[in-house]
Amino acid sequence: MTWLGKLTWQAIPFQEPLPLFSGLGVLIIIVAIVAWVVIKGYVPYLWREWITSVDHKRIGVMYCILAGVMLLRGFIDAIMMRTQQVMAYNAPGFLPPSHFDQVFSAHGTIMIFFVAMPFVIGLMNLVVPLQLGVRDVAFPTLNSVSFWLTAAGALLVNLSLVIGQFDKTGWLPYPPLSELRYSPGVGVDYYCWSLQISGIGTLMTGINFVTTILKLRAPGMHYTRMPMFCWTALASNLLIVAAFPVLTATLAMLLLDRYVGFHFFTDTGGGNSMMFMNLIWAWGHPEVYILVLPAFGIYSEVVSTFSGKPLFGYRSMIWATMAICIISFMVWLHHFFTMGAGADVNSIFGIASMIIAVPTGVKIFNWLFTMYGGYVRFTAPMLWSIGFIVTFAIGGLTGVLLAVPPADFQLHNSLFLVAHFHNVIIGAVVFGVFAGYMYWFPKAFGFTLDETLGKWAFWLWLIGFWVAWGPGYVVGLEGMTRRLDHYSVAEWRPWLVVAEVGVAIILLGIIAQIAQIVVSVRTREQRRDITGDPWDGRNLEWATASPPPSFNFAVLPDVTDQEPYWDMKARAREIGQLTRPEPEYTPIHMPRNSPTGFVAAFLAVITGFALIWHIWWLVLLGLAGAYATFVVFAWRDHDEILIPTEEVARLDRANRAARSAALQHRQLRRETEAQREPRE
Amino acid sequence: MSAPSTALRAGRDPYHVGHRAPGAGVPEYTGHGAGGPAPKRIVVGYGFWIFILSDVILFSCFFATYTVLIQARNGGPGPREIFDLHTTAAETACLLLSSFACGLTSLAVARHNLLWSEVFLAITGLLGLTFLGLEAHEFYGLVTQGDGPTRSAFLTAFFALVGCHGVHVSAGILWLGTMMAQFPAKGFKESIRHRYLCFSLFWHALDIIWIGIFTVVYLIGTITS
Repeated sequence: MTWLGKLTWQAIPFQEPLPLFSGLGVLIIIVAIVAWVVIKGYVPYLWREWITSVDHKRIGVMYCILAGVMLLRGFIDAIMMRTQQVMAYNAPGFLPPSHFDQVFSAHGTIMIFFVAMPFVIGLMNLVVPLQLGVRDVAFPTLNSVSFWLTAAGALLVNLSLVIGQFDKTGWLPYPPLSELRYSPGVGVDYYCWSLQISGIGTLMTGINFVTTILKLRAPGMHYTRMPMFCWTALASNLLIVAAFPVLTATLAMLLLDRYVGFHFFTDTGGGNSMMFMNLIWAWGHPEVYILVLPAFGIYSEVVSTFSGKPLFGYRSMIWATMAICIISFMVWLHHFFTMGAGADVNSIFGIASMIIAVPTGVKIFNWLFTMYGGYVRFTAPMLWSIGFIVTFAIGGLTGVLLAVPPADFQLHNSLFLVAHFHNVIIGAVVFGVFAGYMYWFPKAFGFTLDETLGKWAFWLWLIGFWVAWGPGYVVGLEGMTRRLDHYSVAEWRPWLVVAEVGVAIILLGIIAQIAQIVVSVRTREQRRDITGDPWDGRNLEWATASPPPSFNFAVLPDVTDQEPYWDMKARAREIGQLTRPEPEYTPIHMPRNSPTGFVAAFLAVITGFALIWHIWWLVLLGLAGAYATFVVFAWRDHDEILIPTEEVARLDRANRAARSAALQHRQLRRETEAQREPRE
Repeated sequence: MSAPSTALRAGRDPYHVGHRAPGAGVPEYTGHGAGGPAPKRIVVGYGFWIFILSDVILFSCFFATYTVLIQARNGGPGPREIFDLHTTAAETACLLLSSFACGLTSLAVARHNLLWSEVFLAITGLLGLTFLGLEAHEFYGLVTQGDGPTRSAFLTAFFALVGCHGVHVSAGILWLGTMMAQFPAKGFKESIRHRYLCFSLFWHALDIIWIGIFTVVYLIGTITS
């Protein structure tokens, strides 16, 4: 059976019921969903409107759905780890060590690469072109390829559940443990190839968005008129362009070591494993900011909208964002102060790490001052933002603590560190994407989400997070190291039980979020967003209908102010009618849908799987297929469709009518209020 | 009194630096993006330029590992023992001449001249293939004398860095062949010319990388160690 490479029946975990049955369960669910879609006849619709879509809004939604599904997978891993640590006091627990190691590796990999990244990129896809007042990103088909490659990486990671095994070396495969000599299985290969594939997708997203933000903006939108979310998206994508090639190169080196016996990081032949730590963190630290900067942008949008005020210190916010963007490349060594680089080197990186807290502090104060004196509406997105400010400030402070090299020598690899990065990643990135999701959901789907359940979700997540990770700081200070599959220290146990309770509370939060979706979809007719501006927003994404037409804007808006839509609205309210007379509609060229992304991802999964299992003929077939796809795509003659004038006019007129009516309604209400006022 | 300040106040942009008075959405392309979306040619070229920058960063990692591992010989040979500067000189000549031919292709494409476009593109490709042949010959010689990439960390880093460039050149030749088929099949329409612009950027960028390899690996290697 050599034509199947290393793949044999042994790869299916018949002896281990847990992965086998969970894998089977997932398989049954997938088959059931596919069957339902086929029987109901939704396949042509899905193919036409979603799978082959190059519309940035559709791609954004698909990214967010991928992130949501992967969040559930990663969260199940979290429950398993917490439960194991509750049970494994002087006992083996329910997970054998080799399985526990896979669980914590998969948890980290999935949460960073397939939850946080796609969620952040999905929201950027949905919102950035709308905020810039343009019709699409710079390279729409490439955008679709990016998404599908990310999905291909996610699929490969999950495939390891049933065929073979996942990486057991942690979410970053440190050599020499990850070298072939110590990790001979396919786990590290699954890790490397799925991240190589999704990494290419992410890099192309970075290129796409840098080009979009720098070269495609509505007329009159200077740099200092760009919404803060666009600024942070720019910073984040610049970091992607500068950092992801480093990840690609590093994983390529590890793969060369494993596949063809090179000596980059081996402990023989002169290899240098500490070089891996330096390289991977030269990507890894900027990665933290790739995730958190767009979240900062979301908070800026949400806080300003729901405080009814322009963002305080807009220009200082730009400076802070770009300062973080650059300094984030100068702190990587603080992830391994214990390497032994010496006092001088450690001091420089320690100080750089503390300095990065300064622009971050500037941002915190800017949000606080935006709220100060504003008319604050405590909606669900706003609650996530306020919860973030408190949680993130504490997480940031523990980070500054860890940036002190002598303190780090004590806390290195302890649960204190793990608590710190969960504190900032959940407190800033996850809360941020949830705020953005609840804030922009009506824009994407045309109806608002249920506020009550949204607030429940927020409080459960906030309390659950602190109950789950507050104890992490304590046991970390008591000397508990990370990734323990069993232990014998009695003092740790109560705290780990408390943490388990915290995870249960977060689970309730997730259930509240699922309920929120179900309830909102069922009552969508009552919660329609007619005008396209449900929150009294300030930037251009609210200047078009919800959901926006495929072309976003019938006529590109003319930007005359830092808050273009607020400016338009203010003038409209002054004169009592829409500012622009009905424009002369023209037909609009839009990019044509293309299956290129889907086909590329399919071939990527095949090639990746073949590489993992050393099925060389299939690798060649996959690569040849990729080249053929490229040529077929390059050969097409019609890459645009024309949206006729009548269609453009119909959609735009409907939205103008709704906005006009809302404006009249508001004027009337104002007048009635004005009449009532003297009596008070 | 002074003309420029009056012009600025009037909301115009006499020096096309993109700084305009608020409210002046002038439909001109000043390079700062405030005049509305840039034309397709600019967007495509700019995006590809960003890709090249990311590729340069990829190479920088391999350069960094090479300089870290250059002394890790594991009892094996060092740069001076294995490099033959004559081959390197021939390789360099091939690549530089192919870049020149690539530049001539650009001129022919700008004139929509199919014959010369194909001729110069073919010369570019043949020189690229010659380069690859020389490199393969060098690699083959090293591997057969027992100095392959598995011999030592230094040789690992050398093969990876130079090989990564070679892989890029190979991909470039595949792309070049596709372009040679596209010119006659599709003519000099806009999208094809944009594609050629990207190809030439890619090809010239590989030359720049080679200059780095030539200097860091071959020249400094044979002089100092």
